Amino acid sequence: MTPMLSWALPLALFMLALAMALALARLLKGPAAQDRVLALDTMYVIGMLLMLVLGLRYGSSHYFEAALLVALLGFASTMAMAKFLLRGEVIE
Amino acid sequence: MSAAALPLWADWLVGTLVLAGAALALLGAWGLARLPGFFERVHMPAIIATGACWCVALATAVFFSVRDGVPAVFPLLAVGFAAVTVPIATIFLMRASLFRARQLGQDVPPNVSRAAPAPEDAPPPDRS
Repeated sequence: MTPMLSWALPLALFMLALAMALALARLLKGPAAQDRVLALDTMYVIGMLLMLVLGLRYGSSHYFEAALLVALLGFASTMAMAKFLLRGEVIE
Repeated sequence: MSAAALPLWADWLVGTLVLAGAALALLGAWGLARLPGFFERVHMPAIIATGACWCVALATAVFFSVRDGVPAVFPLLAVGFAAVTVPIATIFLMRASLFRARQLGQDVPPNVSRAAPAPEDAPPPDRS
């Protein structure tokens, strides 16, 4: 393990987990539905970053596909929930 | 367990970029948890989707390029995807939130499109 990455990557993972916990606090507290949707979208983006950093940590590029999948599912779910908030149904 | 031998400059570059990305993500999530209203909070994930994503994707690109000896551009695919999708989702969510705030009669700017008039009698838009 190289000198800086050996402590920088676990520290970055910890900071990303802390960021996800803050977004989860907003998800649980959020007064309106759109606050919760926004917090969930943020959690999806942070989850994608977490996957990329895990790929660096283990030196494997296979985590990258998981990161793309998380980003795709986050986009689809946020669009579906925003559509539901706007119209009251997802597919008209 | 991890990378065999990165040169020292690549080690420091990747470490600095990853730490900067994680710090930006923490900053954005902290703002999301602390700011008072939805229309202030909706700005916060933008810094995660731009600054943090770019830092971490560049770090990944540098890491795999230096380790494998061939230029690795696949991490930029993730940040390109985020750059295309996140603004669409955010604008859609903001429109939904404005719609709900108008339905509840809260103090938000009136609807300027003619398709759906505002619930209360909004003043006509200034055409000067």
